[in-house]
Amino acid sequence: MLWACILLPQLALDGVLRRHAAPDQPLALISGPSQRRVLHAVNEAAEAEGLHAGQPLTTAQTLCHHFAKVDVDSAAVERTHDFLAAWAYRYGSLVSRSLPSTLLLEVEASFKLFGPWPRLEARLRHDLSELGFRHRIVLAPNPWAARALVNRHDGLAISQDAPLQQALGQLPVDASGLPLDVCESLGRMGLRTLQPVFALPRAALGKRVGASALQQLDRLTGALATPLPYFQPADVFEARIEFNYDVTSSQALLFPLRRLIDDLAVYLAGRDGGVQQFLLRLEHDRGPVTDVRIGLLAAEREPAMLFEFARGRLEPLTLTASVSAMQLIATELPPFVPAARDLFDTRPQQAMPWQQLRERLRARLGDDAVHGLAIRADHRPERSWQIDVQTKSSPLPLPRPGWLLKQPIPLRDHRLRVLAGPERIESGWWEADVRRDYYVVETSMGQRAWAYRPVGELGEFMLHGWFA
Amino acid sequence: MASVVALESLLDSRRVWRGQPQARPTSRQPTGFAALDAQLPSGGWPESALSELLLPMDGIGELRLLWPTLARLSQAGDATSDEKIVLIAPPYLPFASAWANAGVRLDKLQIVLAQPRDVLWATEQCLRSAACAAVLCWPLQADDRALRRLQVAAETGQCLGFAMRDAKAAANPSPAALRIVIDTAPAQLRVIKCRGGNPPTQPLPLSALTR
Repeated sequence: MLWACILLPQLALDGVLRRHAAPDQPLALISGPSQRRVLHAVNEAAEAEGLHAGQPLTTAQTLCHHFAKVDVDSAAVERTHDFLAAWAYRYGSLVSRSLPSTLLLEVEASFKLFGPWPRLEARLRHDLSELGFRHRIVLAPNPWAARALVNRHDGLAISQDAPLQQALGQLPVDASGLPLDVCESLGRMGLRTLQPVFALPRAALGKRVGASALQQLDRLTGALATPLPYFQPADVFEARIEFNYDVTSSQALLFPLRRLIDDLAVYLAGRDGGVQQFLLRLEHDRGPVTDVRIGLLAAEREPAMLFEFARGRLEPLTLTASVSAMQLIATELPPFVPAARDLFDTRPQQAMPWQQLRERLRARLGDDAVHGLAIRADHRPERSWQIDVQTKSSPLPLPRPGWLLKQPIPLRDHRLRVLAGPERIESGWWEADVRRDYYVVETSMGQRAWAYRPVGELGEFMLHGWFA
Repeated sequence: MASVVALESLLDSRRVWRGQPQARPTSRQPTGFAALDAQLPSGGWPESALSELLLPMDGIGELRLLWPTLARLSQAGDATSDEKIVLIAPPYLPFASAWANAGVRLDKLQIVLAQPRDVLWATEQCLRSAACAAVLCWPLQADDRALRRLQVAAETGQCLGFAMRDAKAAANPSPAALRIVIDTAPAQLRVIKCRGGNPPTQPLPLSALTR
């Protein structure tokens, strides 16, 4: 087994920056109790202003007036970590996120699918850069060694035991993941790197540093296998963006919406699934939340397409109150079946399959706006058709008008000419009883109409259809 | 005036050239009516273009005119091709068994219900998508610019577009490639514009519409 260790040194900051509208402006993460606020992390622009992590907030404010301050939200960091684990899951089935700011990924089994390590590493780095996370990656035969080596290296790839021993030997003691007091006492003994530590007699070393440090050393060399808790992607996708300003127009929601949908697409690609229905929840400072439900007829995972549908639903929305946060919740994640396309497709450039067109129409016109038509075996004209369900019923070989009125209306015309009829339609005693004599009539204007009179009456005709 | 020659015998002996044009190539979109095809310069509906039918009132005969074309288009594709015939905002319910009797495959038929302000948008989307064999729309307010958009969309999507409009619009110019007015008294078709030739001078009686 070969383990890739991905260290995310600025996980909290990157997670905030990638959702921030202006990541180029000075920004600092703030932590600590309210009496003593300190900067947890700063971005490059803030660093150029002289801010640095660990600085008290008051000092920072005297140095720079206008930097954005974001509180460290440990729950948000955990969610980002989970999201990245779900992303890593597409490259290997054994993913562990148990160590802080770190992803451990077993990659040897994935080489057949993704190609040798340099190619896979390039993909991982490309994806992480796209997602906006700074990272360091090291490959090693065991996860603990990879985790220790990534403290000092980036891009190192070791697949054999002998080079691993050598690389570990040159690793400084304080980067090896040993407890802090052990590092200090080893330093006082004059041991700066791991090489002389490994050379010490084991029993004597165990007496000096304790059993737990000895175990950590064994883990590094691979002598002790400690199982890792593996990550299982959740069956629902939830992401949330909180705004530090009030959003009052639905247009301003589109940028965060695109972020959320991109994350959803990454997550869906990781589990090779699609989404059939998802919910956009707009949270207001006061009042109940606004839910925008986006349903699709088939599972999809193309981010551009999902974004377009969501936008179609969001744009006509009039916001009654300003929005303070937006949440995307997807609970129905069925398997994704890609549509088969013809290799020699000669359709024009902007061609769009019918399914996609139908979704686009439904997104703007409403869920029930697009439907098919089918025949139902019933004599009553009102009930002789139905929406969508394809049946095997064959049409009656009788003259029927092409257009049918939803509700029959009186046909007021004194010069009607009866062309054919009557044809009696009498059915439905069990529900809406119909007893009518239908005629084909021509109006004085030359229109041909399908009209009826109730059986036994000689009143005016009721218009029920047009022979157009 | 040496001799009087009967016109018939001259024509029969084929010694007089009458300036008749070559037989035209048959259109890929025939209307299904030989008499109407003969009147149109392309020998059928203009391909990848918008055609306008101008109707003075309901129940005049637009479906009789279109059904043969729709029936041919719906039966043309094999089972895998999924080109639909889309009706956008039809004024009434299409009576399923009448459409089926006319030969239109109902599984290819799709109906889009749209508010008047969305009809043009939906039509443009359908025409542009190339997922439809024919798009029929009933726009209530359609000006010159809107129809030009539809015409461009039909060209882009290589799709037959039909716009059913009120006959009052016949007086206004339109970018549609073909415009046909249906009159009631007498019942006739008048082609008032056709791209690629002069419109025929004689109206076509509706009774001539036999297949």
